[in-house]
Amino acid sequence: MSYIPLTTTDLMLAATLLIINAAISWFFRLQLEKSIAIAVVRMVVQLALIGVVLKFIFAQTSPTWTAMLGLVMIVAAGIEVMTRQTRPVRGWQAFGLQTATLFFIGIAVTGLGVGIIIGPDPWYAPRYVLPILGMVLGNTLTGMCLVLDTMTEAASRERGAIEARLALGAHRFEAMSNVLHVAMRTGMIPILNAMATTGIVALPGMMTGQILAGVDPVEAAKYQVLIMFLIAGATALGVVCAGVGAIVLLTDDRHRLRLDRIRKKS
Amino acid sequence: MLRVEHLRIGDLSPLTFKVADGECLAIEGPSGSGKTRILRAIADLDPSQGLIFLDGAERNEMPASDWRRHVRYCAAEPSWWTETAQGAFADTENAESGRLQRLLAALGLAGSLLNRPLSIVSTGERQRLALARALMDDPKVLLLDEPTAALDPQATALVEELIKYQLLSGRGVILASHNRAQIERLAHVRLLLPKRPRAGTTAEHAA
Repeated sequence: MSYIPLTTTDLMLAATLLIINAAISWFFRLQLEKSIAIAVVRMVVQLALIGVVLKFIFAQTSPTWTAMLGLVMIVAAGIEVMTRQTRPVRGWQAFGLQTATLFFIGIAVTGLGVGIIIGPDPWYAPRYVLPILGMVLGNTLTGMCLVLDTMTEAASRERGAIEARLALGAHRFEAMSNVLHVAMRTGMIPILNAMATTGIVALPGMMTGQILAGVDPVEAAKYQVLIMFLIAGATALGVVCAGVGAIVLLTDDRHRLRLDRIRKKS
Repeated sequence: MLRVEHLRIGDLSPLTFKVADGECLAIEGPSGSGKTRILRAIADLDPSQGLIFLDGAERNEMPASDWRRHVRYCAAEPSWWTETAQGAFADTENAESGRLQRLLAALGLAGSLLNRPLSIVSTGERQRLALARALMDDPKVLLLDEPTAALDPQATALVEELIKYQLLSGRGVILASHNRAQIERLAHVRLLLPKRPRAGTTAEHAA
């Protein structure tokens, strides 16, 4: 069993499937032709670019280049946390806090997974570091977004109850404890569901990739288990940091609830 | 004694007044004139500029939670964070003593009300429960926002009696109300707020 490279002709053949998308949009007057075209071009260009960039970085195997691309990924994830929320907290503090959270979790969990557990030679081998960092960041930011969205939504809805506790002399963390509880549960559910259903409903992308590349399925499964543990740990950390961070952002040092800091609905 | 100096809240004109122990100050004014905002600012629940002293100590000299332990705001429409009122009273130090029972009796509430889900307790009963909760840990100043808005005359009389008793035992009270008769019955001092200037028009400044 060997790895079969794809030719340009193969990709062209697969691209004909897009005609179905276009036909559906045209037939049902969905007016998505333009969006489909943009999405397809973006996907191809972005993947081609990252392919070239990764090839370059893998060839260097330099810690500097690896760290630089890692940083770009972390900042992009930080921006994504802000844009994905329906009503984010305004200001650079929110962005800074979220990016810093992703930075520390990304480094710590990827460091544990690659540096200590997998242990490639050299330890900073970008072939291991960057994909794992990407998976850790992607899942952590999904959990964080869920928590932040739930926190702003619940704090607005439960304003009376939160302020009733504050008025009775409660600390801001005490007053927000119910909201934090709900938000953290919400943030943890997707990764728990993912762990419970993985391998039954669909094979995870990384495992599929490894199998296609000719790796023994049992070895691929082991890697997937490792990744799931890393992701679960990172998500849990992200959920806690996002929850506590949201309390700090939504209240001030005089323990006041500051809903005025939430961006208005557009 | 609560002393408020040059308190600025949003577009309201700055306020300076004091409330002695055992004294009741009534804030009067039409809806939207800022009664609730003033009470919330004194409890430090909203940002405001100016100085507020309680027995000589400025609010920023102590943690906000300590300030609100002494200067207690009671919302016009109280909200709860527990299933039953029992849960909200459970964390008070005096919960076990007879104090809670005495307060409930004074407010005309049955003890069994504590275990009923708050979602099916009437608005008036919730308002009186909130007043009882606010009095459990002996605050020094009470900021009462329309304390009898949801009550029938009988319950109103009970609440007014309880407020008078709080005044006699040395607590200062600031009462926001648009019930003239109630203000006549309770207040020693009155603060009349002007109607807010409408947006687009500027207030005339006295020379």
